[in-house]
Amino acid sequence: MPLDEKPDATKRAFDVVGTRPLRPDGIDKVTGRAMFGADAFASGMLTGRVLRSPHAHARIRSIDTSKAEALAGVKAIVTAADFEDRDDDLRDVLVNCMARDKALYDGHAVAAVAATTPAVAKQALKLIEVDYEVLPHVIDVEDAMTDDAPILHDNIARDGKPSNIASTCEFGHGDPDKGFAEAEVVVERTFRTEATHQGYIEPHACLASVGPDGHGELWCCTQGNFMVRNTCAQLLGMDFSKLRVTASEIGGGFGGKTTVFLEPVALALSRKANRPVKMTMSREEVFRASGPTASSAIRVKVGLARDGRITAAEAELKYQGGAFPGSPVEMGAMAAFSCYDLENVKTFGYDVVANRPKQAAYRAPGAPMAAFAVESVIEELAEAIGMDPIDLRLKNAAKEGTKSSYGPTYKRIGLVETLEAAKAHPHYSAPLGPNQGRGVACGFWFNFGGETCVSLNVGKDGTVGLSLGTPDIGGSRASMCQIAAEELGIDYDQVYAIVADTAALGFNDVTEGSRVTFSSGLATIEAAREAIKKLCQRAAIMWDIPAEAVIWEDGHARPSGSNAGDFEPLSLKEIAAHSAETGGPIAGHHEINAAGAGPSFATHIVDAEVDPETGACWVTRYTVVQDAGKAIHPSYVEGQFQGGAVQGIGWALNEEYIYGDDGTLQNAGFLDYRIPVASDLPMIDTVIVEVPNPGHPYGVRGVGETSIVPPMAAIANAVSAAAGVRMTSLPMSPPRLLQAIDNSRKQAAE
Amino acid sequence: MAHVKLWESLREATGGQTELEVEARTVKQLLDRLAEDYPDLQPAIDKGLSVSIDGEMHRKAGFQKIPEGAEVVIFPRMAGG
Repeated sequence: MPLDEKPDATKRAFDVVGTRPLRPDGIDKVTGRAMFGADAFASGMLTGRVLRSPHAHARIRSIDTSKAEALAGVKAIVTAADFEDRDDDLRDVLVNCMARDKALYDGHAVAAVAATTPAVAKQALKLIEVDYEVLPHVIDVEDAMTDDAPILHDNIARDGKPSNIASTCEFGHGDPDKGFAEAEVVVERTFRTEATHQGYIEPHACLASVGPDGHGELWCCTQGNFMVRNTCAQLLGMDFSKLRVTASEIGGGFGGKTTVFLEPVALALSRKANRPVKMTMSREEVFRASGPTASSAIRVKVGLARDGRITAAEAELKYQGGAFPGSPVEMGAMAAFSCYDLENVKTFGYDVVANRPKQAAYRAPGAPMAAFAVESVIEELAEAIGMDPIDLRLKNAAKEGTKSSYGPTYKRIGLVETLEAAKAHPHYSAPLGPNQGRGVACGFWFNFGGETCVSLNVGKDGTVGLSLGTPDIGGSRASMCQIAAEELGIDYDQVYAIVADTAALGFNDVTEGSRVTFSSGLATIEAAREAIKKLCQRAAIMWDIPAEAVIWEDGHARPSGSNAGDFEPLSLKEIAAHSAETGGPIAGHHEINAAGAGPSFATHIVDAEVDPETGACWVTRYTVVQDAGKAIHPSYVEGQFQGGAVQGIGWALNEEYIYGDDGTLQNAGFLDYRIPVASDLPMIDTVIVEVPNPGHPYGVRGVGETSIVPPMAAIANAVSAAAGVRMTSLPMSPPRLLQAIDNSRKQAAE
Repeated sequence: MAHVKLWESLREATGGQTELEVEARTVKQLLDRLAEDYPDLQPAIDKGLSVSIDGEMHRKAGFQKIPEGAEVVIFPRMAGG
């Protein structure tokens, strides 16, 4: 096949893609050899520590660091005064890393120290005197929207008055009023979700070293070392090329490591101290001062004809994203009804600020809360007309040619296939026990492409090194090795991938948006094809025939026909061994701003059991059905499906940020912020549906985010069925569930 | 000529219109023409946008070609986790 021809993904037979080879990072991780952020070490390094606000909202009248500076062992102290103020879109990032005039949430950084030992650094923090004027605070999203709410920012106004509503957004098409007039059944409900944390096990950590010549190096755990480089360089006034950032192994990110917290502070301390500075967040700091997701209040109204056709749908979404604008409400509003083919649909969103840490992305940012609300109403509508909930969804499901609720017309998508697979799954028809209920929900994520750059180097021994610029948070090194091996026609074990530093490759966007298998995969395919062209040229030199008379088949260069000559095929290894004699090293390289990512849809089935006496509940069975487009490494894909379900179970049943009356976080640790552990979980069954994405030569779609969109709704539908009462607030923790059951009993008795 | 759909929030900046016919061969030309015709759109453009061309999503796609008669949808810049 000519190298430039794009094969039909539905007909292509793969040798390596679709298999389940061992992960390349597995042994390092289970033996402790893997280097995470906190494992970085430099000779003479100092310990950096951050002084954080004890108040939810306070004006900083003054900061006196003189006593701390006089302490033996203290080598540098920085405050906001050490960072030049700015008026661009990085200002909020800067002010979040170091408070400027006001502390905007409990845990907001106000100063940082670099000292010779952790004990000295800790002692120095106690010697820094901050004069605060404590201000009224606001935590709840709807409280923050009221006219008399404490105002966080003087420069945010609405209708000419100071406001905490940073912006609004609206999406949709058609005429919802007309659609609701046609409806025979209408369900309208309001839902609430609490802020949750991504729950990554590895806290933020970095080691910064800036020399007197202004060149810097930074090692950190991040989802995007190029983003860290560009952001920090701008905040510190450095040239991009003078700051080299290396991403460590990462102990979980889920979106929470797509921005900076400690990194600019560590660089500023290092620059001031002229020594390397290492900083590591405690778990408490991770909860108080990194970025959880938004909390929300969402009103959903859906109208239905008796035959099950949705005639109109609308939603009003209010998301607080912490102390700065930028909650994911726009994506929530776009994703809310994306699973459905609707004539009349409208969503309206409010981006609200409150005295909480600045939110960061969390898997499919904004979509899970919206899906919780919408899919709960869809389930209730199915009950109202006595229709099977999957049949109702099938009747209204978006498909190729559907005008999506956020605007674009869908190309080939796989929602219907996931619904059909869910309906056919034995789980869906299995009998339920006492106090058990079953719920279903669908979910969607856009999936992105973006800037990506890959280098592929052929070694003289016939092995291949891949340099990627996208930190591996979900198995991308294994997937890229498979893709390179597939293209080159060699074994998986002959390819080894690394995540390169920022000096080694062109810019790469962050690992986010389920984009890496798609984007880095595309770049890897093209880099491999470029290398193949060179391998064919080298074989032509060895055979002394024209390069165009050589083709690449099954990992070998071969004469293209009998008139090209009679030569034994040359393997990659044989050609590589002679590379010095045929022109030097052999490599392929590709850079791309990838477009054509295909949306991914999922359908989840959940069984839950409720103890009506205590309000405790358990997920007893869980099945994830999701369209992967093409699963490069099915085990990793299944892992993404299961991981999304597990995080969704935590979000649905237990996890929440709890604030005291003083606006301080009350549960900043895993003992009190309860993420699921293995004993809380059932085995999670997975079904990989493969409806190829027409925008990728193998059909790849992203899989990492869609899997967290349906769980809260599916679990809420199951718990509501088991408890006999519609649950509209998350988490459905025992006290909340028991209260709902008791209220329901009282209402029934009246 | 491209058929352009703006997200509904931008109605106020365009005098109520969210569907427009715009003569443009690239995304940049399209956004420049929109800003010329509707200056109030400039802040949204400066904030960063995502663009779908015939159902294909693009970010940072200023010089992306727009085929004749293409469906172009403009919505806020998106970020993932």
